[in-house]
Amino acid sequence: MQQAVYIAGRGAISAIGKTREENLEALRKGETGIGSIRYLTTAHASLFPAGEVKADNEELREIAGWSGTNSRSSLLGFIAAREALEEAGLWEENRLQHTVSGKRLRIGLISSTTVAGMDLTENFFPGFLENRKAGKLRMVRQHEGGATTERIAQGLGIRDYVNTISTACSSSANAIMLGARLLKAGELDVVIAGGTDALSKFTLNGFNTLMILDQQLCQPFDQNRRGLNLGEGAGFLVLVSEKTAELLGGNYRVKVTGYANANDAHHQTASSPDGTGSWLAMKGALGMAGITPEQVGYINLHGTGTQNNDSSESSAIERVFGNRYPAMSTTKGYTGHTLAACGGLEAIYSSFSLEQQVLFPCLRLQQPVIELPGVVVTELRSVNGLQHVLSNSFGFGGNCSSLLFSLA
Amino acid sequence: MYINGASAISPLPVFDALSSGIDFIPGEGKRLTASEPAYNNLIDPRLSRRMSRVIRMGVATAMDALRQAGVSNPDAIITGTAYGCLEDTGIFLKRLVENGEEMLTPTAFIQSTHNTVGAQVALLLKCHSYNNTYVQRAQSFERSLQDARLWITENPGAAVLVGAADELTDFSYALLERFGLFRHQSGGEGAAYFLVTDNPSEKSWARIEQVSTLFEPGLEELHDLTTALLGGASGPVDLLLSGEEETDYNAYQYAELSTLLSSEMPVIRYKKYCGTYPTATAFASWLAAWWLKAGKVEVDGIQLPNPRRILIYQADPSGYHSFILLAAC
Amino acid sequence: MNREQLVEELKQQIIEQLNLQVQPADIVASDPLFNEGLGLDSIDALELIVLMQQKYRIKLANAEDGPKIFQSVDTMADFILANQTPQAG
Repeated sequence: MQQAVYIAGRGAISAIGKTREENLEALRKGETGIGSIRYLTTAHASLFPAGEVKADNEELREIAGWSGTNSRSSLLGFIAAREALEEAGLWEENRLQHTVSGKRLRIGLISSTTVAGMDLTENFFPGFLENRKAGKLRMVRQHEGGATTERIAQGLGIRDYVNTISTACSSSANAIMLGARLLKAGELDVVIAGGTDALSKFTLNGFNTLMILDQQLCQPFDQNRRGLNLGEGAGFLVLVSEKTAELLGGNYRVKVTGYANANDAHHQTASSPDGTGSWLAMKGALGMAGITPEQVGYINLHGTGTQNNDSSESSAIERVFGNRYPAMSTTKGYTGHTLAACGGLEAIYSSFSLEQQVLFPCLRLQQPVIELPGVVVTELRSVNGLQHVLSNSFGFGGNCSSLLFSLA
Repeated sequence: MYINGASAISPLPVFDALSSGIDFIPGEGKRLTASEPAYNNLIDPRLSRRMSRVIRMGVATAMDALRQAGVSNPDAIITGTAYGCLEDTGIFLKRLVENGEEMLTPTAFIQSTHNTVGAQVALLLKCHSYNNTYVQRAQSFERSLQDARLWITENPGAAVLVGAADELTDFSYALLERFGLFRHQSGGEGAAYFLVTDNPSEKSWARIEQVSTLFEPGLEELHDLTTALLGGASGPVDLLLSGEEETDYNAYQYAELSTLLSSEMPVIRYKKYCGTYPTATAFASWLAAWWLKAGKVEVDGIQLPNPRRILIYQADPSGYHSFILLAAC
Repeated sequence: MNREQLVEELKQQIIEQLNLQVQPADIVASDPLFNEGLGLDSIDALELIVLMQQKYRIKLANAEDGPKIFQSVDTMADFILANQTPQAG
């Protein structure tokens, strides 16, 4: 019998809210967080809408209780990870509780990021290009992905195990997967797993060179989709093993029951037309949980809004489910595409669906990619008996990961 | 787990070591540049045209390790990189500044993501297997090895391709020098990949016995881990392959470790051959595996016949400590 | 510049922009650039869109127009001649 892995805590910060509750509220009300760029300094501020966290770095520093120069990715990550620990009852009197009922817990942090401290680096660079001795070194100290995580770990007081994954837009799904594996192997008792990415000029301009940014509010999983809007944020889960769950005595409602990571091996950025990587990822997650496709009640899609992703993902879904589609929707229309953070945030949204038996609709949907009635969720839907939810995250480099969450 | 194929590119010319052997000459100057092979026979020029050095070095060593082991479709591809694809990141940033966010081209951007090396290997092999990239500074390679070991435990019989790659660029050299990183040791770079399985074969070079890490440890923590590591080892360690730099801030920690091992333990410092960089332990692992396969160590005036166990220890300036214990098959 | 000169200039620019390991003489102006031809792909198409903008001041709003325009060096030359704003003087 496989060891169970429970979700004991969740922390979310995104364009639709600075806390988990605010995120849930916006999803229930169908409110988007995407709009004109206000906080990032860029030449394209009025051209491309984006899903920014509604706070400048000063305000984020206050929320975090941090001082000094910190990348926005570190700030967002710390705020979400701390909220997850609070829900798990492991953060008290502003510090991590390493010992519960006399037992010292081995606690790990597995973060993920693609941008890391690029928000600082890109402001350091103009001066540095003119003079290699110019600029403050503190502006590049958090450039590395691992340095961003190190700062979060330092803020949380975690030393037992710290790790960072960077597999583009599937990063935090892979962080959650590794967390579950380390818990099952008995190497750790508690894992804080997820991802964080701030909006940056680097990514905004990078996606612009691929000509896949929508100049309007994005319409993911719509036949008339025009591209994606970028977002930013962080999403972290506190995962615990069965033993730790007993020790903490929490009444955990949601388990991680399946996960798989596969590679599309088709193209550096584009997905294959038949979605081989995503098909393998979904099939693998179901196989691990030992459930049939019919038992999946809902899919939180990767659903970015690009022509390529949405058509490839729907082909893969057809390969797994045939014409017996589960209900599905994408939440990218609320948050924008948060890159390394999306797997973490969407894991939390999936847990909301399971806990509250409610499905959140796609926003601005006119003509769904899959036209069968009722399949693509278009308005807030209450459901009964939703037991299993699949969450997809796919990225550059062919990295495809799917996670399966189930009611305990 | 057993190493059935191993390949490295580093400032010390080792890529062709199987046919030409190794001439141990320490690198000269403050910046050591990898000695790269001709790639045309290794990577299709139509694909290599977009690859920066770190990608080429990573892909070439990955392909070479697979070829040696006779594996064409590994069950997992796991890569560690502290800095990722710095050259492409620098190119895109420079143009971003110079062109004022206009008329930018996609190639540098899409090749700049940290998972590009692992992704390009998968693409070349048409390999749909598990693929992951770790970026935990000077433990990126160690986290990759730990994942490989976990993967093999979960999937007995699996053949896992695991390695690390990092490059030094003009921008990163200028920046890291300002951080004082090259005060005591030349800057370096390189890539190394290994094909590992849970069973030995006649191709096996060596066995990876233990991989452990610490972050900013005190002497007591260092002492406890070393004691546990030596206690769990299959026998005595014959050689310490040390990451100690010419004059090192962490010298006392290296000294402590030497004392714990044995005062007569031969020590070889590897950074004079590959330079200092966060994933240099991947090069050191390749070197240790090479000596264990050869059944002798002959370098720096040290002559060690029939080495059985080599311990790699690196205390990186960033606070990351790494222990990798390799044993002869 | 006449059409012949433009074709030669384009070959050189394509090789430079895409870092191709061939000589201008290896490219036949009427041969397909993508897939079976020079083996270019969708990333190259995006690179060529920037090339058109930088060197010829022609802006392609839609990436999907790429395949038609970038079929061969000939079709690129035709497109440039038909769309280029006449230079002063």
